[in-house]
Amino acid sequence: MRREAAGAAVRGGLALLGLALLPWVLGGDFYVNLASQVLIYALLALSLNLLIGAAGLTSLGHAAYLGIAAYAAAWLTGNAGFGALPAALAALAIGTASAAVFGVLALRASGLGFLMITLALGQIVWGVAYRWVSLTGGDNGIRLADRPAVLGFDLGTPVAFYYFAAAVFALAFLFLRRLALSPLGACLRGTKEQPRRMAMLGHHVWMLRWIAFVLAGFWGSVAGLLYLYYHKFVSPQALSLQQSAEALLMVLLGGSSTLAGPVVGAAVITLVKNLVSSYVDRWLTLLGVIFVAVVVFMPQGIVPGLAGLLRRLRALRPERAGAAPPRAAAGHEAAP
Amino acid sequence: MSAAAAPALAVEGLAKRFGGLTVTRDVSLAVMPGERRLIIGPNGAGKTTLFNLITGEIAADAGSVRLFGQELLGLPTRRRAHLGLARTYQILTLFPRETLLHNVVLALLGLAPFRWDPWSALACRRALREEALEALARVGLAGAAERTVAETSYGERRRLELAMALAQRPRVLLLDEPLAGLSQPERHAIRELLEAIPRDVTIVMIEHDMDVALAFAERITVLHFGEVIVEGTRAEVVADPRTREVYLGE
Repeated sequence: MRREAAGAAVRGGLALLGLALLPWVLGGDFYVNLASQVLIYALLALSLNLLIGAAGLTSLGHAAYLGIAAYAAAWLTGNAGFGALPAALAALAIGTASAAVFGVLALRASGLGFLMITLALGQIVWGVAYRWVSLTGGDNGIRLADRPAVLGFDLGTPVAFYYFAAAVFALAFLFLRRLALSPLGACLRGTKEQPRRMAMLGHHVWMLRWIAFVLAGFWGSVAGLLYLYYHKFVSPQALSLQQSAEALLMVLLGGSSTLAGPVVGAAVITLVKNLVSSYVDRWLTLLGVIFVAVVVFMPQGIVPGLAGLLRRLRALRPERAGAAPPRAAAGHEAAP
Repeated sequence: MSAAAAPALAVEGLAKRFGGLTVTRDVSLAVMPGERRLIIGPNGAGKTTLFNLITGEIAADAGSVRLFGQELLGLPTRRRAHLGLARTYQILTLFPRETLLHNVVLALLGLAPFRWDPWSALACRRALREEALEALARVGLAGAAERTVAETSYGERRRLELAMALAQRPRVLLLDEPLAGLSQPERHAIRELLEAIPRDVTIVMIEHDMDVALAFAERITVLHFGEVIVEGTRAEVVADPRTREVYLGE
């Protein structure tokens, strides 16, 4: 047990070091900005995976929380004269509270019914953003005058913003990892497999799911704040169905059974969208091909798929079993 | 009625209809503390439905179910579990991708206040692990604790069903065909496990294996088309012509 904990600490330290050195490795502002975007979407995908991977509930309206928090912060700073910090806190509260209400509505169902309700709620929020022009500016969206200064650090430069996003992301990842290994996380995964048995064992299945929904809404709102600070702009596109669907695809592509999966999925999709699209016209086709390939060859997603591949390779070469790279274990982080 | 004399489980006038089909019709039975009660009846008699009504997995239309005098109807299933009711399932209801140990841990967590803890590591709860291992040892699965359910035999899964229910230290335990699908030696082993359960656990069991069930039970209730048609001691029920009628179709 102590060795496992030490291994996890080493992996965490290496990951933090990697995050810290990344801008130095990447060099140009374009790539640093790209890394920031990957982090924002990785956080959104991670928050959605609380519902998909842990609770077994597939939501198609998760961009709503990103959008609500981003709109709330932009409106409160621009129109209500809030300072950056009060606006951010209020935006998180509003985003989380809307998840609390939407959760009550959506959790009347599970499976396909749940998916349809979250889709409908997401579309209502999008409709409000699009049509309530006096509040949201409609299609024009709301502009944020400037990125806030955090603890005296100006987030204006790409590198400064990257470090801010990385710090928030690392915090979220730590929280979600602890949750996955905690009693609450274990109970939540139990409701995914056997909700009926869980109730018979004394578990409050509805409450567990609702807690997952609210936590997903909270971290989605955090991603929304980062989104707003990064773009200094929010429009209905931020909470569109396409955004929700993309977040869902990130989770499924990377693999919902691990914490690393949604991060990898977010990285692949964001990079193909932003990087490959400048060289290849038919980048959407490429994304489609990637999806088909993953679904056919790694139906559990990229991270569990690669972990399984590594295990099989190692089984073929038993003499090297001791010299296993530690990365293979990363696929099992979420499963205590 | 004083608490000491109250039945462990008292069912009165319980009824359930699915549309035009009456699956439970005015069922009443009283099981005293420490008793071993067997419920028999042909397929479709409503035995499992009776269990589902007692646990609240299906909502009853009318009647009353009391656990040591406390009314259960209207309470959600999880509350009934906290009051000391546990059950096993005829159709295995386990967590197939988890280890046997984790299955029992989930059972123990169901009644533990720290099940809401989102921050501390479950793996660090030594006492919980010890208790789960103990529960597995009770059903002879101590050596298989770290295997996943998918890697175990059917007989071992039946034992796990039992271990999960017993780990909760229930006051009343409902066993739904604990011997279903088992070989003769496995049946014998389970029978010994059942006989080892202390008398502070009241047991109501549905079972078709008459050799084991008749030896185990003190009183027997015969259900037919959702109704109690015979109830009494082993000898009374076996001698009753209505039992023969139901089972032999005379």
